[in-house]
Amino acid sequence: MSMNNQGRPTAPANDAAITTGAALLPDEPLLFEIGDTDHSGVDLPDVEITGARLGNHARKSPLDLPGLTEPEAMRHYVRLSRLNMSIDSGMYPLGSCTMKHNPRLNEKLARLPGFADIHPLQPVSTVQGALELIDELADWLMVLTNTSAVAMSPKAGAHGELCGMMAIKAAQEARGEGHRKVVLVPESAHGTNPATAAFLGYSVKSIPANANGTVDASAVIDALGPDVAAIMLTNPNTCGLFEPEVIEIAKAVHDAGAFFYCDGANFNAIMGVVRPGDLGIDAMHINLHKTFSTPHGGGGPGAGPVVLSEALAPFAPIPFIRKDGDSRVLVEHGEGTQSFGRLTAFHGQMGMFTRALSFMLSHGGDGLAQGAKDAVLNANYIKARLEKVFSAPFGGQPCMHEALFDDSFLEGSGVTTLDFAKAMIDEGFHPMTMYFPLVVHGAMLIEPTESESKQTLDTFCDTMLELAADAKAGHTTRFTAAPMKAPRRRLDETRAARSPVLKWVAPVAQQEAAE
Amino acid sequence: MRYLPHSDAERAEMLGVIGAKTIEELFAGVPRSALQTTSLDLPGHQPEYMVENHMRALSGKNRAAGDGPFFVGAGAYRHHVPASVDHLIQRSEFLTAYTPYQPEISQGTLQMLFEFQTQVANLTGMDVANASMYDGSTATAEAVLMACRLTRRNKIILSGGIHPHYRDVVRTYMGEGEHLVCLEASPEGQGGITAEVDDATAAIVIQTPDFYGHLRDVKSLAEAAHAKGALLIVVVTEAVALGLIEAPGALGADIVVAEGQSIGNALNFGGPYVGLMATREKFIRQMPGRLCGETVDAEGKRGFVLTLSTREQHIRREKATSNICTNSGLCALAFSIHMSLLGEAGLTKLARLNHARASALADALEQVPGVELLNDTFFNEMTLRLNKPAAEVVEALVAKNIIAGVPVSRLEPGKPELENLLVLAATELTSDADIAALVAGLKEVLA
Repeated sequence: MSMNNQGRPTAPANDAAITTGAALLPDEPLLFEIGDTDHSGVDLPDVEITGARLGNHARKSPLDLPGLTEPEAMRHYVRLSRLNMSIDSGMYPLGSCTMKHNPRLNEKLARLPGFADIHPLQPVSTVQGALELIDELADWLMVLTNTSAVAMSPKAGAHGELCGMMAIKAAQEARGEGHRKVVLVPESAHGTNPATAAFLGYSVKSIPANANGTVDASAVIDALGPDVAAIMLTNPNTCGLFEPEVIEIAKAVHDAGAFFYCDGANFNAIMGVVRPGDLGIDAMHINLHKTFSTPHGGGGPGAGPVVLSEALAPFAPIPFIRKDGDSRVLVEHGEGTQSFGRLTAFHGQMGMFTRALSFMLSHGGDGLAQGAKDAVLNANYIKARLEKVFSAPFGGQPCMHEALFDDSFLEGSGVTTLDFAKAMIDEGFHPMTMYFPLVVHGAMLIEPTESESKQTLDTFCDTMLELAADAKAGHTTRFTAAPMKAPRRRLDETRAARSPVLKWVAPVAQQEAAE
Repeated sequence: MRYLPHSDAERAEMLGVIGAKTIEELFAGVPRSALQTTSLDLPGHQPEYMVENHMRALSGKNRAAGDGPFFVGAGAYRHHVPASVDHLIQRSEFLTAYTPYQPEISQGTLQMLFEFQTQVANLTGMDVANASMYDGSTATAEAVLMACRLTRRNKIILSGGIHPHYRDVVRTYMGEGEHLVCLEASPEGQGGITAEVDDATAAIVIQTPDFYGHLRDVKSLAEAAHAKGALLIVVVTEAVALGLIEAPGALGADIVVAEGQSIGNALNFGGPYVGLMATREKFIRQMPGRLCGETVDAEGKRGFVLTLSTREQHIRREKATSNICTNSGLCALAFSIHMSLLGEAGLTKLARLNHARASALADALEQVPGVELLNDTFFNEMTLRLNKPAAEVVEALVAKNIIAGVPVSRLEPGKPELENLLVLAATELTSDADIAALVAGLKEVLA
């Protein structure tokens, strides 16, 4: 592997360091090209220290961390922000990601000092309101899913998967069934599912999808055996379809002594309408950053509480909350319980809990159910408006909260799914999820969520139809050259991976290193 | 409902286009027995002010750190965060964007991550850093697994100065067994690590400043690890310390993981926080988590993309380095903005100020009868041996509105030798009046 010594790119910093670019699409130099190590945007007293209590550990080498004064910092980050597309600026129909509106009330409430300025290890008697909030959120999750326990500490969806699968592993070991080493995962699953199973030492057996894009109970039954620990099934699945045989699958899995882990990434389609506990699930993570709208923040933080069936509840991770008369205690140690252990240093993503509970209280049970229905309505509206032109591999049935198309409608046009997605950028839309799920060719997975108005959906559909017509008419440059109106044209990902530059190094230092 | 744009008329019109009579028809794939026909036992929707009232009432039942003297550290620290940080992270374009999978319209997030990676690498003295992990504890567990992959060995030695909850998370990720050697708690900064290193050892894991506040000798442990072909993982739970103590990378660390909460992020009752992970260039391919790299666009302009994704679950599925997907993007942004505002000059001042406040605290506490300071060295956190169980003392001081610190017994129950130990921290927010209140309270409670 060739590396360039983590220096600057072989290309110079181009115009970015010199000009400000176009009026509303500013190029912005790197922080390291603006600031220096003497400047600071924070006023602090300069105190003397003796150093006696630092032993011989005092820092001798420089840190090379540039500082910016506050006006410089504001401009740097505001300019950077303008290079991003976001939900607030336009429709962001990323399938599987549930990019819904993020109410600002939730931001305000998460910042109340009684939530933001409390420490995870301050005495439990001084954080009773926080524990009550966590319990209240847990109650909502259990009612919405008809389950009897919920592990609150997982930090994100994949961490929740780890939690659920660890509980399954612990439950099987407790039954003397530690020999079960296989986890069944449908082909259409998110990558985190097989990665989680493998992480825990399971081997992954893939289950094919049928011609309708769902999993046949018979295919699961064929794959089940005494060595199978669990199935990890996403429902609604990543093709945007509810698994019609899910109840039969759950029964077969249980009859074979295995557990049913449900990937809850698509819970938005069914919140308040279907309770996963009624389907026979044993564990399911809920992405609070998807279904309950804690902001995605450019890639996190998330939160992935896991609801658990009665069979798995005793194995839940520590810490958990226990009611003790009028007050609440935190159980922070597993001794005397069957808990599989601790997943993270503290109690989970409190900042996300406050936002999610605020979202739930605002919607109420009625609003959540209406939200799920509107999400499904919106996806079906898009499907209905597009499917005469776009190819829906599993058409002929309603979809849930996301509409899946493949690329067969583009056949012979010279335009790929990627090209089509990039052309959407020039029309002001964030692309849909591309090339996922893997079970259809050139997948385009569109999830509008309940937040989009009919007017926006119509503009989106009109644009998509116009693009499709143009692709079929052979106007390929509009696609292959896209995006043309974004802050950057297509980026060379091969180059980035071949010779990784993951850190900025001062040009002088780079030059010296080369000599 | 204020968040749902459709009127009933619009819903009906849309159903007409779809060719369905009701929305319920769209749920045709759901087994009838599973479809809710009645509403769930949940309250109905509420106006903003009612939600706010409810949440304020819950918030009011907690004693915020800023409501009086407060000395709790142990892995999360109360620092001042400049107002501009919180303003900037609430910019819609940062707050409501997804993972930057479409780089042409995500350069803001990507450039920020590239800057973040550089800041973390420089702060830790390492070659490269990733785009963040969930928190310090899970980053530590991931570092341990990474070391096992790199060395193709599986024995891990955890120092007795590691945060007990971090040790427990590593144990959960690795499983119990002989391959995981957790040394006895070392509240007085005891060593004994090097004797455990052998040819099967993948890594030694140490923390500095450690859980009890001691500054640990990184260099000699790096040499001991390397002599046996093992790696040294250094854990830092108080990132501000790196403004004053030598960077672990300069002392031979192979992987540095840290909790970045101290910079830019509030206490938040334990999360969300931001895990930092940095390593040597030659180890990149086994590093978990997202990485942002520099490249050029079709016109030759500099730009940034997520890269080396063949390590990750969405490409490699069961062969990935980790199952991690989501990172702590917005917390990393807060870290990066605060670090940009500080700069080297500001961070150094902040670190000196923290050390000075902690020194003032230590000086005052040493004068209290019944208190023994166990630290020869510290940054901003220290351990006291009291003349009675620390948990009782902390509870007694709560009644005086003083949050005195963390009794070690809360994290290490059932160990009589640790029962009287109290870990406490000072930061730039600790005033002379806070210290005086603690000293007066302790004198009373310990008498």
